[in-house]
Amino acid sequence: MKDTDIKFLEDSFKKYYFDHFDLIRVPERTSEREFGYQKFNSGMIRHISIKDDKELHLLFMQNVPSDVYCSNAYYSFPNLPMNEKDWKEADLIFDIDAKDLNLSCRENHTVSICNECNETSKNSEQCLKCNSTKIEKKSLPCKNCIDSSKIEVSKLTQVLTEDLGIPQENIYVYFSGNEGFHVYVYDSQFQQIGSRERSELANYIMFNGIIPETFGMKKFKPDKNSFPNLDEKGWKGRFAKEFFGSKSNRSKIITTLVKNPIEGYSSFQNILQTVSEKIGVKIDPNVTMDIHRIFRLPGSINSKSGLAKIFCKDLTKFDPYIEASFLSDDSVEILANCPIEFSLKNKKFGPYTNKKVTIPTFAAVYLICKKLATIA
Amino acid sequence: MLALGQDEIAKYPFLADAGQYLKDKGFTLEQFGTDPDLKQLVDKAFNRIQIAADGKIYKSDLIGDQVSKEAALPREVFSFLLAIVLLKLSGMHTLIKRFALAEARRAEKYLEKDLANISDESKKELAIRVIDDLFSVQVKKFNDYFVISVSDYLKHSINFHEREWKLINRHVESGKVFLTPHETVRLIRKELGTYINSKIINAKTPVMIPGFENSVNKLVSLSKKFVTFTVTTGEHPPCVKHAIEILEKGENLPHSGRFMLATFLLSKGQSVEQIAPLFKNAPDYNERVTLYQLNHLAGTSGSGTQYSCPSCEKLKTQNLCFATSDCDNIINPLQFGKKRK
Repeated sequence: MKDTDIKFLEDSFKKYYFDHFDLIRVPERTSEREFGYQKFNSGMIRHISIKDDKELHLLFMQNVPSDVYCSNAYYSFPNLPMNEKDWKEADLIFDIDAKDLNLSCRENHTVSICNECNETSKNSEQCLKCNSTKIEKKSLPCKNCIDSSKIEVSKLTQVLTEDLGIPQENIYVYFSGNEGFHVYVYDSQFQQIGSRERSELANYIMFNGIIPETFGMKKFKPDKNSFPNLDEKGWKGRFAKEFFGSKSNRSKIITTLVKNPIEGYSSFQNILQTVSEKIGVKIDPNVTMDIHRIFRLPGSINSKSGLAKIFCKDLTKFDPYIEASFLSDDSVEILANCPIEFSLKNKKFGPYTNKKVTIPTFAAVYLICKKLATIA
Repeated sequence: MLALGQDEIAKYPFLADAGQYLKDKGFTLEQFGTDPDLKQLVDKAFNRIQIAADGKIYKSDLIGDQVSKEAALPREVFSFLLAIVLLKLSGMHTLIKRFALAEARRAEKYLEKDLANISDESKKELAIRVIDDLFSVQVKKFNDYFVISVSDYLKHSINFHEREWKLINRHVESGKVFLTPHETVRLIRKELGTYINSKIINAKTPVMIPGFENSVNKLVSLSKKFVTFTVTTGEHPPCVKHAIEILEKGENLPHSGRFMLATFLLSKGQSVEQIAPLFKNAPDYNERVTLYQLNHLAGTSGSGTQYSCPSCEKLKTQNLCFATSDCDNIINPLQFGKKRK
């Protein structure tokens, strides 16, 4: 990234941080957490411990970071090297990202940037100008991306409350600042479990690794009565509702499955696979099983977009492109190369083809963060 | 320590304080080597180990779960304690491991029976207490099931590789897992084995007792049966091959895939310099960053921690597993192609 762009982003971020200290608060049990941050064009600085809001705000003002992170884990000595920190426990965290949802809208709003010649084009695997395959893809998520991610958050919340017994009030949902949501679970029975256990929990939530026997389908002498009912709790009920749909359908399908168990078994395996893609919650398992992660700090700006990671009070009504955009309206001239239209704070922008335009700071930051524009 | 009745000590002899038990009964170890009547018990102990070494479970003289006759109880307990003495004297760790596992499975049967006991509430209570005291797993009875918290379940079930133990294949409700008595006990088998194993390892090794030599020598030669040699084909497992293919095609391999590939090759003895060129085609390749990260994984920079290759289970969760029949139920890619001879 060019120096002029970095200077512009840093100035814009710094203004936001200075004006919105109220949004950036240290998490509970601050002194047991590890903090970290990145500056533009530079590596990660981590293993930092912070005492209170004041120290945190100082970090923001002194360093003007591009991104700030805080551990979900609690340590005795958060500022020591990893193996001396003395890990105590960690909040359960989930990352739901539109990029993992296989949405059909995605190809319409993905831009390919060539790493060799910087040529920008609509979603392609190869640079149209120099044929290089070193392509970096940037997505400008649309309303559908956000709505689909919200559905996953609701599915996740249902599994957490009904199956895992977590009270609703201990589940906190944040917009990630780019194209998804971060979900935190506090004070649960899972605080002290390790990475392998969390990986198993992730598999459960994703509906991964299910075998036909669990839902009553056996290769030999399957019993009609052992298939799940529509009103059952947990995955059984959710599966039955999705797959059977109705009681009458249920008995018809089961009769066919049981008639020829060997065939029925293998077709049931395929059914589970197909249904899994529909009902399984699409979380990123790597995040959930990481017990030493430093996770984006609520209130901080995501340098992939210039939007802030913020708490969603009412998920259904939440619109990140209005509510998470906090940067100023001051006009700025940029050279934009963005083949896709996008909308921020109820205003439409683009498409721009190598064009000098004067637009508000919040939109200019968005484009520069996506590497689709530079300061003119 | 739990207060145990006569029958309980015979069923769960590892819960008894060995030294105290002998003292209470008025015996010394030396007597077992010399007294012809008592010497039979040394043979019985040897037999108990031999059965365990064969992967079978020792059948006790208990009828149902009652001691058949008055004399049977001490015999049960003595043969267990003497087996430990013999194992300690032989110093053969492979035998200790096998013995601990077999004894765990034997105890498991009784625990299961006690848990399922409807007529005698006290037996069930004891089984629940044994599980809680030894393994800190709180079990509660709920209708025909035993329920435990999901977190407790996970701590134990992650040691199993069979798919039916995956949480997704369990009845989960309101933060609890529902289990049958058999499953409840099966869940702690490994820990029961570990518990018995550590009790034996931590027991003091006595000096050789006259009359025990023969049995000890037989144990030493018995253990030779279990020495294994492994050969490796040298071929990469499918997950590693897949990762290399992706990189060769210039496609993006996720961070977790790069981590697997690098840790795998490092464990196989390749150097950072040998591995680095593999990443040249990655869309975001940066030589400086690649070398930094490889050195970090190898433990030559940073904290000095050497990172190990992730397990098959973890790779499955990360969608990086492309298992074929050649994988043959291995649990870590590093085991691929190793054959026992």
